Amino acid sequence: MSTVTTRPADTAAPLPEGLKQRRLPSWAPLGIAVVSVAAAVGAGMLFGLQSKVQWGLIAALLFVAVSFALASAVEGRRQAKDRLATSLVWVCFLLAVVPLASLIWTTVGQGSKVLDGYFLTHSMAGLLDIQPGGGIYHAIIGTLEQVGLATLIAAPIGLLTAIYLVEYGKGTLAKAVTFFVDVMTGIPSIVAGLFILSFWLLMLGFDYSGFAGAMSLAILMMPVVVRSTEEMLKLVPNELREASLALGVPKWRTITKVVLPTAVGGITTGLVLAVARIAGETAPILLLVYGAPYINNNPFEGAQSSLPLYVYQQYVNGNAASYDRAWAAALVLIIFVMLLNLVARGIAHWKAPKAGH
Amino acid sequence: MAKRIDVSGLSAFYGKNKAIDDISMTVEPGSVTAFIGPSGCGKSTFLRTLNRMHEVIPGASVEGKVLLDDENLYGPGVDPVAVRRTIGMVFQRPNPFPTMSIYDNVAAGLRLNGISRKKDLDDIVERSLKGANLWNEVKDRLNRPGAGLSGGQQQRLCIARAIAVEPQVLLMDEPCSALDPISTLAIEDLIRELKERFTIVIVTHNMQQAARVSDRTAFFNLAAVGQPGKLIEIDETERIFSNPSVQATEDYISGRFG
Amino acid sequence: MDTPSRSEHTPSPPDLVTPPGLTSPQTGLAAASAASGRARLGDRLFAGASKGSGILLLVIMAAIAVFLAVRATVAISANEGNFLTTFEWNANANPPVFGIAVLAYGTVVSSIIAMVIAVPVAVGIALFVSHYAPRRLAQPIAFVIDLLAAVPSIIYGLWGALFLVPHLTGLNLWLDEYLGWTVIFDKTNPAATPRSLFTVGILLAIMILPIITNVTREVFLQVPRAHEEAALALGATRWEVIRMSVLPFGRSGIISASMLGLGRALGETMAVATVLSASPVLTAHLLDAGGGTFAQNIASAFKEANDMGRDALIASGLVLFVITLLVNGAARLIIARHKEYSGANA
Repeated sequence: MSTVTTRPADTAAPLPEGLKQRRLPSWAPLGIAVVSVAAAVGAGMLFGLQSKVQWGLIAALLFVAVSFALASAVEGRRQAKDRLATSLVWVCFLLAVVPLASLIWTTVGQGSKVLDGYFLTHSMAGLLDIQPGGGIYHAIIGTLEQVGLATLIAAPIGLLTAIYLVEYGKGTLAKAVTFFVDVMTGIPSIVAGLFILSFWLLMLGFDYSGFAGAMSLAILMMPVVVRSTEEMLKLVPNELREASLALGVPKWRTITKVVLPTAVGGITTGLVLAVARIAGETAPILLLVYGAPYINNNPFEGAQSSLPLYVYQQYVNGNAASYDRAWAAALVLIIFVMLLNLVARGIAHWKAPKAGH
Repeated sequence: MAKRIDVSGLSAFYGKNKAIDDISMTVEPGSVTAFIGPSGCGKSTFLRTLNRMHEVIPGASVEGKVLLDDENLYGPGVDPVAVRRTIGMVFQRPNPFPTMSIYDNVAAGLRLNGISRKKDLDDIVERSLKGANLWNEVKDRLNRPGAGLSGGQQQRLCIARAIAVEPQVLLMDEPCSALDPISTLAIEDLIRELKERFTIVIVTHNMQQAARVSDRTAFFNLAAVGQPGKLIEIDETERIFSNPSVQATEDYISGRFG
Repeated sequence: MDTPSRSEHTPSPPDLVTPPGLTSPQTGLAAASAASGRARLGDRLFAGASKGSGILLLVIMAAIAVFLAVRATVAISANEGNFLTTFEWNANANPPVFGIAVLAYGTVVSSIIAMVIAVPVAVGIALFVSHYAPRRLAQPIAFVIDLLAAVPSIIYGLWGALFLVPHLTGLNLWLDEYLGWTVIFDKTNPAATPRSLFTVGILLAIMILPIITNVTREVFLQVPRAHEEAALALGATRWEVIRMSVLPFGRSGIISASMLGLGRALGETMAVATVLSASPVLTAHLLDAGGGTFAQNIASAFKEANDMGRDALIASGLVLFVITLLVNGAARLIIARHKEYSGANA
């Protein structure tokens, strides 16, 4: 029997008596999905729809509508709503997975075309944009130096600020710092670039350099470091601090010898993730580093390049050879960022308390 | 409305671990049955198998039969959602919906079942709150958040919410363990009133409470540490507390262990 | 309940260090007070350095506002157009004529499109991971989404321009044909490549999806079991449990996650610069190529900009900066107001 038995309006207690419920068989969702996809492919071919995007949307709509209709007919309104939610959630998941998988797939497929030892060890010096060949050596040097410098600037400031907030901070100043760290997290990277541009290049009169880019990256990195370090320091139990202070250890030695070593795993994880985040930044580099096609090992003088900027420049060149280079550099960049992420997770895992510690 | 429950050969699992083993018992309609036993003996787990709440825990599963007036709750085609609507439950800690008002908390189950006429809702909400001995305390602030009530009031609100949908059985999982003695007394009074309309099963750690409110008492125990819980005996409450037929029951009741 | 990102970092305590005062061979009050003098100096230095870093952060924030404002004033006072209402961007010309109308419109519209698509889908995925996915799948899926949040935006831009744009041609024709009467989906030139604000919105949606999903999922996983069981015990279906206990509990989390995503979308530069075919047009036809965003305009116009051109770009950057500040502030306010609902008595 069904739950949606209509009953007279005056009975206040409207509960269905039976426990049995007519249900769709457990293979129904899968069946509906297969039929929907088949129908979408059929319709796509029949009407000559060019793009798979349309096929996918037709299949998704069919799947949701058919599940809802069948469930309404067989199981009743409430169950149908439940099915509708379930099918929508699954469709959301697939909707998201498809483009993200395609992004990775395309980058790997296109990027592996010209990615080889030569590509990694040569620059673009003396090469016309439309010529095939060339490489990303200068861009790798640039990225490593700029990211390294940015980390050297941002890590100590970020760490000390977090220590201030957790160990010392009280009152208005700490509140203001907390608030503006939050605000700083939301600064668009191009704005950080514009700031260094107006300060370092326009006011102080310096030229384009890797260091200018590094400073803008440092601005983007600082709030991330503060946030993650703060979280880790807060996890250090107060008993540890008190135990050390009670032994007569001065506060700063308590922090450097007890608190920081306790939290070092989590802090490092946060640092590595922050590095991974700025390594892919393009916009400020575009404004401040200029993008030289040749190798410049000195980040303090003259234009450099960087991997993300290289990708952009090769895309803008707009010919087959430069597209190939753009994809290959994108692949290298993605691998670099993913490795950093895996390393960060590895550290977190390795430093996490083992069971029965 | 009250219905009878017949359990036969019921075992419950968490993953591969058996939590309770081969339990059979009958719960009489329109009575209060108390489950007592030491911590971890599976009495709460068993209670949750009676309205199919056990299986919502990831990896949990059940074997055996639970008949509600001859209908197997675990039979093919039985909808767990319908089971839980028929067999209401009150939890150890009061858990009113934090974002809902007192009124909406009581009406929540009714709205799920498609009752949306203002007048019907008003009537049932009032009746249920009266049934839970809470009406007089909250009738002037029905639109205030349910989470603003005291612990004992919250628990009675949860009882009102459970009885609003007119279940046939009411399961209570240590309903007073988070409450002070006065709130506990209020709930115990309420249980005695409610048994005229519902079959009530209550898990309790408090043996005096079992003695005060229940007609029949079931004693659960572990065979050994790491072993699943078992039903040791079930009998009239008076007999269990005066002259139990199993030695372990007497040991537990007289405070010799547990 | 498992809340991965927090618990896995829980640090393990090291051995307590022996305090230097105790190992020191010196004894007596003099030695002790000498040691404590050094300690006090160390304490003061360390506290000063950490406090100084905090202040430095504030100074940087203030400097950003001040420096942008100074250059912006130079540009705006020389501007022959109206900074707010002029469509064109001829900042290199003499006299310079530029305005942010097109950029503001494009930034807001593309971000709205991104939010309309991304927020419901992200909530759906978060629910999928927290309540629907088979348990064995949930952890790996969450891990992959975490990694995707780290993919640099230039790669989304490259993929968007070379892969997504051609694949959206069909969808564009479709929308034009069946929904063209809504004006916003009316495409003036159906044959044109879809390098439009609509495409940008879709790409931005894909980009901010992982971050919104991650934050929302964490909140959903924190919903107290008691709330969910309360709904289950009333005979609620899975969807009803979600509607009655999960979504109300997670509401402020969803809002803050969305604001985070919105902030990203508003300031995104490279993905827009690669995909959009920019031009100084302001049109309600979202499928038409053209328009621009603040960030995209800065990146695209920077190479050719002269001194005045740069100052003008900085002025537009200042507007973007202020907008993102407002969005952040609004997010904090909303979260603060909803805090009492976040299940504090759980």
